[in-house]
Amino acid sequence: MDGANIRKALSMMDERGSGEGAGYVAYGAFPEFAECYAIHVFFDTVHETKPAVDQELAKWGTIIHEEEIPTYEQQNLRKIHTPWRYFFLPDPHLMPRSTTPEDDIVMHLVMKVNTTIPGALIYSSGKNIALFKASGWPEEVADFYRIQDYKGYLWLGHNRYPTNTPGWWGGAHPFNLLHWSVVHNGEITSYGTNRRYIESYGYRCSMFTDTEVVAYLFDLLVRRHQLSPEIAVKALAPPFWDDIDRMPEKVARLNTAIRLTYGPALMNGPFAIVVARPDAIVGFTDRIKLRPLVTGTSGSKLYISSEEAAIRIMEPGVGDITMPRAGEPIIGRVVA
Amino acid sequence: MNTVRIDARGMHYSLLNTAIRKAVASGVREIIVDNVMGQRFIADGLKGDATLTIHGVPGGDLGMFMSGPTCIVHGNCDHAPGNTMDNGKIIIHGSAGDAVAHSMRGGKVFVRDNVGYRAGIHMKQYMEKRPVLVIGGSYRAFLGEYMAGGLILSLGDPAVHPHTERGIGSGIHGGKIVIRGNIDEYYLGVGARTFTLSNEGMDEIIPLIEEYAGYFGIDPDPLIHESYTQVTPSSSRPFASKYTWE
Amino acid sequence: MTIGSVPVKFRITVDPDQCMLCGRCAENCPYDVFRIENNRMHVNSRKCVACHRCIAMCPRDAINIKERPVDYRSHPVWTTEIREAIYNQARTGKIILAGMGNAQPYPVIFDSLVLDACQVTNPSIDPLREPMELRTYLGKKPSRLEIKEDSDGVDVLTTLAPNLKLETPIMIGHMSYGAISLNAQQSIARAVSDMGTYMGTGEGGLHQSLYPYQSHMIVQVASGRFGVDINYLERGAAIEIKIGQGAKPGIGGHLPGEKVCEDVSCTRMIPVGSDAISPAPHHDIYSIEDLKQLVRSLKEATEWKKPVFVKIAAVHNAAAIAAGIARSSADVVVIDGFRGGTGAAPKVFRDHVGIPIEAAIASVDAKLRAQGIRNQVSLIASGGIRESADVAKVIALGADAVYIGTAALVAMGCRVCGTCYRGLCPWGIATQRPDLVARLDPEVASKNVANLIHAWTLELSELMGAAGINSIGSLRGNRDRLRGYLLDESMMNVLDVKSVGA
Repeated sequence: MDGANIRKALSMMDERGSGEGAGYVAYGAFPEFAECYAIHVFFDTVHETKPAVDQELAKWGTIIHEEEIPTYEQQNLRKIHTPWRYFFLPDPHLMPRSTTPEDDIVMHLVMKVNTTIPGALIYSSGKNIALFKASGWPEEVADFYRIQDYKGYLWLGHNRYPTNTPGWWGGAHPFNLLHWSVVHNGEITSYGTNRRYIESYGYRCSMFTDTEVVAYLFDLLVRRHQLSPEIAVKALAPPFWDDIDRMPEKVARLNTAIRLTYGPALMNGPFAIVVARPDAIVGFTDRIKLRPLVTGTSGSKLYISSEEAAIRIMEPGVGDITMPRAGEPIIGRVVA
Repeated sequence: MNTVRIDARGMHYSLLNTAIRKAVASGVREIIVDNVMGQRFIADGLKGDATLTIHGVPGGDLGMFMSGPTCIVHGNCDHAPGNTMDNGKIIIHGSAGDAVAHSMRGGKVFVRDNVGYRAGIHMKQYMEKRPVLVIGGSYRAFLGEYMAGGLILSLGDPAVHPHTERGIGSGIHGGKIVIRGNIDEYYLGVGARTFTLSNEGMDEIIPLIEEYAGYFGIDPDPLIHESYTQVTPSSSRPFASKYTWE
Repeated sequence: MTIGSVPVKFRITVDPDQCMLCGRCAENCPYDVFRIENNRMHVNSRKCVACHRCIAMCPRDAINIKERPVDYRSHPVWTTEIREAIYNQARTGKIILAGMGNAQPYPVIFDSLVLDACQVTNPSIDPLREPMELRTYLGKKPSRLEIKEDSDGVDVLTTLAPNLKLETPIMIGHMSYGAISLNAQQSIARAVSDMGTYMGTGEGGLHQSLYPYQSHMIVQVASGRFGVDINYLERGAAIEIKIGQGAKPGIGGHLPGEKVCEDVSCTRMIPVGSDAISPAPHHDIYSIEDLKQLVRSLKEATEWKKPVFVKIAAVHNAAAIAAGIARSSADVVVIDGFRGGTGAAPKVFRDHVGIPIEAAIASVDAKLRAQGIRNQVSLIASGGIRESADVAKVIALGADAVYIGTAALVAMGCRVCGTCYRGLCPWGIATQRPDLVARLDPEVASKNVANLIHAWTLELSELMGAAGINSIGSLRGNRDRLRGYLLDESMMNVLDVKSVGA
C-alpha cells in the first residue's frame, strides 16, 4: 500500500485536529536496507548538531547509509527542523550479556541522544520503518514528505489536537521506539505513575507527552518480558476487580497476577490506541470506552480507525464494520 | 418543488446544513442527501417537519438539537445521533456509535442494528415530551446511564447478543429501560432494579415494536410474543443519602 | 452516646431589656430558632446558621450572636473544623456537603498584590472629567486586518467574529434558577440590562419572565443539558459550555428534587420533584477534540451568529487546557478559581481541589500569548472576585472581564452563611419556598446589584485614572502595573510580576 490512501483517510477526520501536528508511519518502507535500523532524527541545525550524533552512532556501530529525508515545500508548513535518516547497523559485541544486544544498543542511543544532545531528536529507530511527522494538517504533512512515494505493508496515521506543545514536531504522533510505533487519541491520566514506572526500567521520557510511555510499556512487556500482545493489553487495560471476582479460578488467578505485577502499567483516562510492530498491529481502548475505535476488514487487510468514514473512503466495500469492546485488543497479524 | 436532492460528496458540513436549511425554508418536504461521508452535525438545530433521507455514513451528532424533522439513514451512524434532540425522528438502517440519543428530550431514535457504549445516557422527559430509543441489535455497557426519563427498548435476541454488559441503568432516576429476555442483577448499575414487564408495559411497547418492524420490513409478531424485562429506578433520588451537612 | 453533643456553633442571646416580644425574629427565621411561648422568648441556638435575618429584622437590636462560644482544647493540627468533621462522618458515614466558596485559610494572592499610580513622570487622569473607557468586547479578534483602499474609500475585508459589548468589564456569573430564586435572577437580569453588561443563566434553562432581558443573558449548556433546546440557544446573547466550576472541579452537580418546583421544572424541562443531576463530564466530551465538536455543534445550530464561551475550573493544567479551548472555535474562555462560590459542594472538593484564579489567569494569558493565540479568545476571570481592586488586579494579570457571583448575592442581602444547600435561604435568594422568595423584591434588589456594579466601575475608573490609563485595554495584561508584596519568587514568576521596590 502506498501512502496516498491513508492521507485521504486521515483527511476525513480533520475536524478532530487543529492543524498543528500529524504523522504517518510505514512498515516495510526500506526494502533495500531492511536489516538496518532506520534512525530518524530532527536536527535544529544540521551543521551544528549532526557531528555529535554521528559520533555517538559511530561508537556503537556502522552507518550503512544516510540522507536528508526528501521534503517538498508546503505553503503553510514551516520547516523548522531538518529531518534526517541513518541506516545503522549496531555492533552486537558492544553490548555483552544482553539477549537482544542490537535493540538494546539502539534504545540506549535513542535515550542518550534525546536527553543529552540539544537540537537533535531521534523520533524513529526501527528496522525497515519510515516515519513522517511535522506540525501541520494531515494533508500538508503527507505532501511535505510525499508519502505517496513510499510503500508499506502496515501504515499508521494520526491527526493531533495539541494543548501543551503545539507546533513541536516531536509532539506529533506516531511515536516510535525500535519496532514499536504508537498512535493515541485521548489523554492518559495515569501518566505520572506510568512514567515513573517505566523510567525505573531505564527508559527516559523525553517527548513531553503521555503517548510515548505506551511505546515504552509495549517494549518492556512484549520485547523484554516476553508477554504476548494480548497479555500486554490486559496489563495496560485490565478487567475490573469485580469482573475478576466472577471469573473461573484459573483465569482469575492470571488476571490477579497481571494486575498485581503490572499495576503501575495500568493506563487510566480516555484513550484509543493503536500499536504496531513489524509482525502485528494492536488496537484497544480504555476500560470504560471513553474514546472511539472502529475496525473493518477486507480480504487480508485490517483497518482500525476513530471513524467509519475514514475506513470507507479507503475501502468503499468494507463489509464488517465493528466497534471493539472496552479494553478488548484487536490484533492483526502480518501474513507473508 | 417538494423534493430536493443534494450530493454531499466532499462537501463541508456547514455548507451541507446551509443547503438543507435553505431547502426547508423554501418549503421542501423531502430532502435526499447522497454520498454522505463523515459529515458531522447534519440537521443540527433544524426545525420543521421535513424528511431527510441520508445515504452514506454521517459523522457524529446527527440531528443534534433537532426539533421536528425526520432523518432516515441508509448506513451506519457515528457517535451520538439524536444528541440533545428535542423532537422528530432518526431511523438508522445500520448501527450507531457511542452515546446514541445522549440527553435526548423528545422524539424517537430507531437503530436497526447495534449501538455502542452509553446509549440513551441522560435521556429525560417533560410533560408531553418523552424520548424513545429503540435498539434492534446489541448494546454496550452503561445503557441508560443517568437516565432521567423516556424509554429505551432493546429488542436484540439474547441468544445472539447475550446480556453481559455492565452498568445497565447506572444512576437511573427516571424513565425506564425495557430489554428482551432476562437480565442478571450483576449487570445492573447503581440504583437500577428489574421487573418482568407487565401487561400494561407490554401494551406500551407493542406500538413501538410495530413501528420498528415497519421501518425495517420485518415481522413484528415474534417480537411481540417475546418476554421482556423492565429496568427502572429503585428510587427517584438514588444518591439522596450520599451527603451530610457541614 | 459514644460521641455525644458537640458545642453549638452559634450562641444566640436576646437582651430581655430590649426585646418587646414582637415576634419578627420568629417569623423571619426559617430554621425555627425562635419561639415565643407564654410571653417568653425561647431560643434554640443549635439550629442557628448565622444568616443574620433576625438581627436585620429586629427593631430593637436585641439579638446577639456569638460564634463558637465554647472552645475545644486548642490545637494547631486538630482544629475545631477537623474534629467536628470527624464526629459528623463517624455518625453518618457520608460525604460532607458545604456551601459557598473555599473556606480553607489559604493566603489570598490578590491581597499580596498592589496596584500602581502615577507621580510626576506622567499625569494621572481624572475619570470624572476626562474620558475613561471601560467598554470591553468579548469574543474573537482577528490577528490582522485586511483592508481594501480605492476611490470609493476604505473597505474592511476581514470579517469580524460576533463579540459581546460590555459597558463595564464586570459581569454576573452563572447561578441557575433552581440554585437561586426567580426573584434573584430577575433582580440580576434587570441590573445587568441597566448597566450594559451580562449575566449567566446557569444550567437551569431560561424562565419566560426573563425573556425581556435575554439580550443580556448568556445561556448555559452544561452536562445535564437542562432546559436546552434550540429556542433557548437562539434566545441567548451568547452560549456558555460549562465544563467545570471552581468550587468543585471534576464533579457534577445535583439539584435535589425538593427544589424542583412547578416553575423550576418548567424551565429545566424535567418533572416536578425529580432530581436534576448534572453528570461530572459532558457525555459527548471525553477529550479536547470532542469539546471542539460541541462548540461547533452549538455554532452550527445557531448559524455561527453567537459567541460560544467555555468555562473550566482553574486546575493545575488550566493553561494548556485553555490553549486547547482557544483552538476549538470557542470565543471566550472562562476560568473559575478555587474560591468560586456554589450552592452545594462536597467540602473536600470545595476546600482542596483547584488553584486560585490569580495564578490561573496569569498562566493562561501567558500560555495563550506564547502560542500566539491570545486574540482567538477573550478571557473571563471568576471565583473569588470580592472588590473592585480584585477586578483591576485580575485584569492586569491578563483577564478581559470578570464574573462575580457571591458579591452580587451579598448585594441582595446574602450574609454568606454558607447554608444554601438547605434551600431555606431567609433572604429569598437560594430558596424556592414561595414565602421566602417573596422576601426578595426585584425592584429593590436589582437596584442594589446595579449600585454595586456602578460603584465598582467608578472605583475601577479611579484606579485606572490614577495609573494614567484611560482605556481598560491598556490595563489588560499590564503586569508592570502590579507588584508582589511578600510573594515568594516562584509565585512572582507565575504571575510575571516584580516585587515591591523592584
